[in-house]
Amino acid sequence: MTALVNPGLADELARSDGFDADACMNCGVCSAICPMGVDVEVRRLFRYVLLGMEDKVRAETERVFSCLLCRMCEENCPAGVHIAENVRTLRHHIVRTGFGLGEG
Amino acid sequence: MPLATADVIGILGDNLRLRKSVLPLSSKVTTRWTEGLGLPRGGETVLYTGMMYQLIPYIEGLVRAVDRLGDSWMGSYTKLGRRVNRLVNISAFMARPSAAERAVYDRVPIDVVHLLRRAGVRFGALYEDDLYSGALAYDLGLDEIVAEHAAKVLAAFRKHGVKQVITIDPHTTTMLRSVYPRILEGYDIGVSSYLEVLTEKGVAGNGHRVRPIDGEVVVHDSCVFARYEGVVDEPRTLLAAAGLTLRDPENAGRQTWCCGGPVESLYPAKAAANAEKRVAQLRAAGDEAVTMCPMCFVNLSSAAGSTMRFRDISEYLREAFAS
Repeated sequence: MTALVNPGLADELARSDGFDADACMNCGVCSAICPMGVDVEVRRLFRYVLLGMEDKVRAETERVFSCLLCRMCEENCPAGVHIAENVRTLRHHIVRTGFGLGEG
Repeated sequence: MPLATADVIGILGDNLRLRKSVLPLSSKVTTRWTEGLGLPRGGETVLYTGMMYQLIPYIEGLVRAVDRLGDSWMGSYTKLGRRVNRLVNISAFMARPSAAERAVYDRVPIDVVHLLRRAGVRFGALYEDDLYSGALAYDLGLDEIVAEHAAKVLAAFRKHGVKQVITIDPHTTTMLRSVYPRILEGYDIGVSSYLEVLTEKGVAGNGHRVRPIDGEVVVHDSCVFARYEGVVDEPRTLLAAAGLTLRDPENAGRQTWCCGGPVESLYPAKAAANAEKRVAQLRAAGDEAVTMCPMCFVNLSSAAGSTMRFRDISEYLREAFAS
């Protein structure tokens, strides 16, 4: 089993306004209260980003786009992570680099 | 086979870039609500719909059409579908709501006009320059296309001398108030939702006539209003002033539960499942619920069927304050 690692992925995304996945302490409150439940599981997505596992992020495209951006997780996150904006930043990354879309 | 995620996003992005809306509609359709209201064109303060309520019956029609397509030719040739869409507005052919379906949503901005006038607010409208805000495209990560589109919206505001915008739905409110200032240099437009304006103006007080509504209603807060824009007290203040007894469901206020609408365009089955969970919460609190977002209204109404009644907040307020 191999993994395509992009060591610069977290830095690349961190250039976006407010991307702060590294503030996540993996406590699981977000997963516990997410209306979409395991369909999203943002903390796993954030770990992939922090580990530079770009192929894993792309393999989880449906999870990334299943998030409602409803901020229920954010409202209850003890670390105050900007979860919805982080997910939106991941979408922007996938749209540009995975789908080849997004140019104005 | 359902449309692939990339292709749906591609079609929505192409539409916004080429036709100024994720689901392009003719200006005849988007401005129908203004007929007979005598609203001035432009001015310092305008009521801005962002086309949201007008779009919903067409989005419903499109979702039905995509559902129907199933394994049809388009399901197998989605990339061809996107190429064709660049030349021809295929989404407009697919979504054909009835006049009755359209009237349900056109009624909302009309009710808001009467409410604002009752509160003594002077305002105009932008008619065909009342453009979609780009909310869905922004949510999907099409940032470059949205930035380009937002510049067109700002140009329309400048052209008409707009300084203050009164919005109706939460998605347009958050785009114009919280997103545009981050993506547009020099953006200086003041933005308030009509619920905030009516509350501030004290539409229920100051000697205004009220026709109280006798009844109970369950409040379904919009996620965007409650958690993005902090609009939680205003709808309650207005509904209570209208005479209604308010009931909160299990998740309410800043802990409100999403209707599922944001994933409707990509994963309708997930959106429906989420809406069913929310309807169960609302039904446990009462038989009738109030929404303040067109996406919540359509998703929850559809999930509830005949088991529960939903009304947009503007309908109650019009009945109590401006009938």
